[in-house]
Amino acid sequence: MLSVQNSDFDAAELYRQLRAEATNAGAIVTFSGLVREFYESASPGEEPAVQALVLEHYPGMTEKALSEIVQQARSRWDVLAWRVIHRVGELHAGDQIVYVGIASTHRGDAFAAAEFIMDYLKTRAPFWKKQRTEAESQWIESRSADEQARARWDKR
Amino acid sequence: MLNIHYFASLRETLGQGSEALALPADVHDVGALVMHLATLRGDPWTALEDRSRVLVAVNQTIVDHAHTLTGNEEVAFFPPMTGG
Repeated sequence: MLSVQNSDFDAAELYRQLRAEATNAGAIVTFSGLVREFYESASPGEEPAVQALVLEHYPGMTEKALSEIVQQARSRWDVLAWRVIHRVGELHAGDQIVYVGIASTHRGDAFAAAEFIMDYLKTRAPFWKKQRTEAESQWIESRSADEQARARWDKR
Repeated sequence: MLNIHYFASLRETLGQGSEALALPADVHDVGALVMHLATLRGDPWTALEDRSRVLVAVNQTIVDHAHTLTGNEEVAFFPPMTGG
């Protein structure tokens, strides 16, 4: 199940759903991404506290890209049940921003599928973060480390 | 008509979120559309030409500049993604 939403999510409830849906699962891996207090700054070492993080997305393509990413993961690993939630709109430090939950027969597939989905989500799903500090608003730059994390799945 | 969307920092740079555009006579692919917009409109539209900082999707799938356009597509320009 896929959801792009403004509202918060209940990770415990999502876990319960995965457990109920995948009755023969031997492993459930869940990942929750949270909004950090500090992102990037023009003056490294002097990162100002972020007051808010605004998530913009491309409605329609977001759901399509996420579905394709999940389908790829399901074709590579044993996935008995899954949940992918991504929030959009205005968020604050400590807020939950993204959730990936995978139920599988064995832990190896559950870990791999969850990590694969996160690595692809960060670089292939059309979301953009803008940070607001007391002084200014700025778009967060993409990180080459995220693309490298995604690219390592090409070799396997 | 082409339905063109601009997102995130690119939307702010261009001062525009979307537009409908009849396919210009000399435009048959994404690269030619970019050249058309950049040449005709000048600054800040020349920002579209930076392939390392601007991605293109046609009908909600990422494509390269060689992708063919027939005139009824949804085209989107945006910076590299930063979700998650």
